[in-house]
Amino acid sequence: MDARQVALQRLFYGALGVLSLAALGVGLAMAGASGLAFALFAVMTLGGGLMCVWERSVVRSAFCLMATFTGIAGFFVLLEADFLAMAQILIYVGGILALLLFAVMLTPPDLGERRLSRVFAALVLVGGATLWLGIEVARTARWAVHGAPLDGRAEGVSSAERIGVGFLAVDQYVVAFELAAVVLTVALVAAVYIARRRKADLEPEKGDAV
Amino acid sequence: MSLAFDPAVDFALLLAVLAIPLAGYTLQIFLRRKLPHGDKLLTAGMFVVMCLTVYFGAKGLHAAYSGERFFHHSSEAGLEFGWLYTAGTVPDSMNIVMGVLYDPLGAAMLAVVGIVSFCVHLFSIGYMHGDKRYPIFFANISLFTFAMLGLVLADNLLVLFIFWELMGAMSYLLIGHFSHDPSQPFFHRWATWASKKAFLTTRIGDVCLFIGIFMLWDHFHTLRFTELWEHARLAVVENGGAFPAWMTWAGLFVFGGTVGKSAQFPLHIWLPDAMAGPTPVSAMIHAATMVAAGVFLLGRMYPLLSPEVLSVVTMVGATTALFAATMGLVVYDLKAVLAYSTISQLGFMVAGVGLGGVVAGMFHMTTHAFFKACLFLSAGSVIHGCHHVQDMRVMGGLRKKMPITFACMLICTLAIAGVPFFAGFFSKDRIIQAAFLRVLDSRHFDGWSLYALIALSVAAALTAFYMFRLIFLTFYGEYRGNLEHHRFSESLARTGYEGPDPHEHAEPVVAIADHGHGHGEHGAHGHHEDAHHGHHAQPQVAHAAAPAHVAHAVHAHAEHGAHDAHGHEPHESPRVITIALAILALLGVFGGHFWLFEPHKVLHAHPWFEQLVTPASMYGEEVAHWMAPEPTGHELEHHEHLLHQSHNLALIVSSAVALLGIGLAFLFYIVRPDVPGRIVAALGQVYTVVRRKYYIDEFIDATVLRANWALTRLLKWLDENVVDGLVKLVARLNKLGGSFAAWFDKTFVDGAVNAVALASQVFGAAFRLVQTGRIQQYAAFAMGGALLTAAWLILA
Amino acid sequence: MGLGAYVAVSAALFALGLVAILARRNVIYILMGIEMILNAANINFVAFNRFGTMQLDGQMFAIFTIILAAAEAAVALAIVLNVFNLFDSVKPSEADLLRE
Repeated sequence: MDARQVALQRLFYGALGVLSLAALGVGLAMAGASGLAFALFAVMTLGGGLMCVWERSVVRSAFCLMATFTGIAGFFVLLEADFLAMAQILIYVGGILALLLFAVMLTPPDLGERRLSRVFAALVLVGGATLWLGIEVARTARWAVHGAPLDGRAEGVSSAERIGVGFLAVDQYVVAFELAAVVLTVALVAAVYIARRRKADLEPEKGDAV
Repeated sequence: MSLAFDPAVDFALLLAVLAIPLAGYTLQIFLRRKLPHGDKLLTAGMFVVMCLTVYFGAKGLHAAYSGERFFHHSSEAGLEFGWLYTAGTVPDSMNIVMGVLYDPLGAAMLAVVGIVSFCVHLFSIGYMHGDKRYPIFFANISLFTFAMLGLVLADNLLVLFIFWELMGAMSYLLIGHFSHDPSQPFFHRWATWASKKAFLTTRIGDVCLFIGIFMLWDHFHTLRFTELWEHARLAVVENGGAFPAWMTWAGLFVFGGTVGKSAQFPLHIWLPDAMAGPTPVSAMIHAATMVAAGVFLLGRMYPLLSPEVLSVVTMVGATTALFAATMGLVVYDLKAVLAYSTISQLGFMVAGVGLGGVVAGMFHMTTHAFFKACLFLSAGSVIHGCHHVQDMRVMGGLRKKMPITFACMLICTLAIAGVPFFAGFFSKDRIIQAAFLRVLDSRHFDGWSLYALIALSVAAALTAFYMFRLIFLTFYGEYRGNLEHHRFSESLARTGYEGPDPHEHAEPVVAIADHGHGHGEHGAHGHHEDAHHGHHAQPQVAHAAAPAHVAHAVHAHAEHGAHDAHGHEPHESPRVITIALAILALLGVFGGHFWLFEPHKVLHAHPWFEQLVTPASMYGEEVAHWMAPEPTGHELEHHEHLLHQSHNLALIVSSAVALLGIGLAFLFYIVRPDVPGRIVAALGQVYTVVRRKYYIDEFIDATVLRANWALTRLLKWLDENVVDGLVKLVARLNKLGGSFAAWFDKTFVDGAVNAVALASQVFGAAFRLVQTGRIQQYAAFAMGGALLTAAWLILA
Repeated sequence: MGLGAYVAVSAALFALGLVAILARRNVIYILMGIEMILNAANINFVAFNRFGTMQLDGQMFAIFTIILAAAEAAVALAIVLNVFNLFDSVKPSEADLLRE
C-alpha cells in the first residue's frame, strides 16, 4: 500500500469512528437508553457490514461479518426475540461464520485485486438506490401496524417455549419444522457430495517426480 | 383439231404453253445431273410449244379471215386466279385477278416467240456444245421463253409488269452467262459488267413504267387492259375530247418503260454491250423477245397515249433509228453491226407506233423477229465456223465455205434492207406509209412527222448500206483469217476496209482474235473498243502497245492454224444449226406476206398481219372507233386519196432507199474498195466520234454514274455513322443504364442488406454485453430490474 | 426506536449486502453478501413481528430463515470449492463458460 492509500484508509476509518460516535450520540438523545442500545447495535451491524465490504482482506471481512451478526443478535434482543438472538449467535457466528472461514482458508486470496471493481460507481449506485428506496419506504409508508412497541407481553412464557410449542404443535409449524429438518439433512448430504474428492484430484499429476 | 376457238380446251392448252418452258426450267435446274439429254428434252418441249402457238395463230387467222372478232379472256373457261384480294377491307383497295388474254396481237406474238424460241433452242444444241454451263444455259433460255410467253398472255398491266421484270432478270443471267468462267479474264469481266449494265439500264425504264402503272391505278382503279381502254376512252370523252394532263404524264412514264426495254435513245447503251452474251442469247433477246416487249407494251397501251405522247414517241423512235444506223456503219464486229441494226429497227417500230400505225409497228416487230433472229443465228454460225472469231476484218470469202449460212444470211439481209418481196419490205413500207400519211394530211401535219419521215428514210438507206457492207466484208473477197500481217492489210484494202490499218496506227484496237480456243465464245476483241470504258475496272489495254499486241495476236492465230484440231479453215456448221437457220430464213421470206400463190398482187394485197391485227380486233369497236373515227362522205374521199397517195409514195421511197443502200455498198466494197478508206480519212474526227458511239457512255459515266457514286458514298457514310451511330448510341445508353443499375444495386440494395447485417451485428454486440457469463453482472442486472419495478410499484 | 428505524437499518444492511455481492471480486464475498441480505430480511421480520402482532409468526419465519441460511451456506461452500477447483480462481468473472 502506498502512502495515498494508507492516508485514504486512515481517513475512512477515522470518518467511520466519528460517524459511529455521532450515531451513538443521536440514539442516546432521541430515545435514552434504548436509543443508545439501538444505536450501538446499529453501529455494530452497519459498521461491520461496511467494513466487510470495504476491507481488502477476506479474513478481516469475515471477522467484520461476525460483528454484523452479533449486532443483529443485539437487535433481536431489543426486539424481545431472545431465543432468536441465541439462535442467531449459535448458528450464524458459530456455524456459518466458521464455514466461511473454512472457505477463506481453502481458497487463496486474490492479492492483485483492487479494493473494488471497475464498475464501482454503478454498483454502489445500485446499493445506494436500494438504500434510498428502503428509507423512502420506511419513512413514508403507513404501516398496517402501529409503530409503537407493543407492551402486552405474554406473562411468564419465554419466547423459546413459545417457539418450541410452535414447532411441535399440530396446528402451527410442525410441517415446516419437519421439512426444515429434511432440508438440513439433504443439504448436509449434498454439501458432502458436491465437495467430495474426485479421482482426478487423488491421482498424482503426470510429470511429477515421484 | 378444229380452227374454231373452244375456251375450255384452248385455254388449258395455252396454260400448257406457259407451263412447258417453266417445267423444263425446273427439271433442268433440279435434275440436270440425272438428265444427260436435258437439252434435247427442252428443245422437244419447245417444239411442242411452237406447234401449239402456231396452231393458235392459225386459229386467230381463221377467225380473222372469217370476219369474227377474235378476243378471248380466260374467264370464259373459268380460269382465273385471284392473286390478291383486298377489296372491301381498305378503301381504294384492289383485287388482282390474273387471267389469260388471247387476242390477235397476242396470237401473233405467241407464234413468233414460239418459233424463234424453238429455233434458238435447236441452234444452241450445236453452238453451245462443250460449254461449261451448258445445262444451265438451256434452263435459262427456257425460263426466258416462259417469261415472254407470260408477258404476251397477260391480261392486266401488273401481270405484264411481273413478267417484264422477270425478263429483265433473265437477261441479266443470260448476258452474264460467260461471267462465270474466270479462265478467260477479258470475257469474264466484260460479261459481268455488261449483264449488270443491261439490267440496270432497263431498270430505269422499269421504274418509269411502274410510276406509270401507279398513276393509272390511282385514276382508274383497275389494271385490266380491256377496262383500261374503256376508261381511257371515257376519260377523254368526259374531258371534252382532249386527253387529261395526268394521262399524258402516265403515258410518258409508260413509254419510259419502252425506252428502257427496247433500247431507245438514251437508254440504248446496254444493247451493244449485251453482245457479251452468247449469240443464241442475242438472238432471243435482241431479235424476238425482250426488245419486242417494249413495243408490245406500246401496242397494249396505245389507246391511253395522247397525241403529245405520240409525238414524243415518234421523235424518240426516229432519232434512235437514225442515230443507231450511223453507228452501225463503223463497227467491225459482226454482232455489233447486228446490235446497232436492232436498235435502229426498234426505232422504226416505235416511230411507227407514234406515227399512227400501231398495226405497222407491231407488224414490223414480228417480221423483225424472224429476220433478226435469223441474222443473229447466222452470225453465230459464221462465228462458230470461223472458230469463234467475230471480227469481220479477219473474215472474207466465206461464201464458198459456208454456203447454207451465206444463203440464209443473204435472204435475211435482203429482208432487213427492205427489198420488195421479202418480209421486211412489207412492214417497213407500212411504217413509211404511215409517216407519209401524216405528212401529207394537212390537218395532222406537224414537224415531228416530217422529221420522222426524213429520219426513217435515211435510216432505211443506211440500214441497207451497212447490212450489205457486212455481207460483202464477210462473204466476199478472199479469206483473211490465215494471212500474215502484211498480206492481211493488203487484202483488207482490197475488200474496202475503211479504217486505218490496225498494224500501223496506235488506235486502241485490241487483239483481233484470241489465240485461245475451246468452245466458249472468246472475244473478238474488236469488241473491247466498242465496250464501254466505264469507271468499272476494265482491262485497260495499253493503247500504245496495241499494234504489237495485234500483230502478235494475228500472227499467233496464224501459227495456231497448224495445231488447230478443227483445221484452220472455216467450215459449215452442223445440221442442228443450219436447220434452225433455214426455218427462220424461210420466214424471212414469207413472214411478211405469203405471196407464193398470188405474186402479182403482192404490192397491193394486205399481209396476214394486217388482216389479223386491226385496231378493232385489238381494242374493240368502240375504242377503235374513238381512236380513229371513220371518215364519212367528203372526208372519206379525202382520206382514200391520202391513203392511195401515201401508199404509192411509200412504195417508191422504201424501194428506192433500199436499192440506194445496196448499190452504195456494192460500190464501196466490191467495185471501188479504196473509197471507204479515203472517205474515212477525209472525215477524220467525225469518224472517230461516231466510232466512239458519240461519247455517250463517257458522258453518262461522267455525270449520272458519278452522281450515283457520290450518292452511294453519302448513303454509306450515313449508314455507317448515323444509323450505326444510333445503334451504338443505344448500346452505350444501355451500358450506361446497366452501370447505373449496378451502382444502384451495389449502393442501395446491397447497402440495405449490409445495413441489416450491420444492425444485426450492432445489436448482437450490444446484447453480447449482457451475456457475459459473469454472475455478478447477472445479479446486478436482476437487482437493477427489481429495483426499478419495486420503485415503480411502491412509489407510483 | 420505532419500526421505521429498524426498517431503515434493514434496508441499509440489504444495500451493503448487495454491494458486497456485486462489487467484490471474490466468491467468498458473494457468500458473505448473501448472509447479510438474509440477515437484513430477518431484522425486518422480527421488527414487524414486535410492532405488529402478539403472535410469533415473524420470529418463526426468522428461525426458518436462519435454518435455511445455514443449509444454503453449507452447500454454497461446497459449490465454491468446486468452482475454485475447476477454474483455479476465486474471481467470479473467471467462471464465464456461459458467455456467448
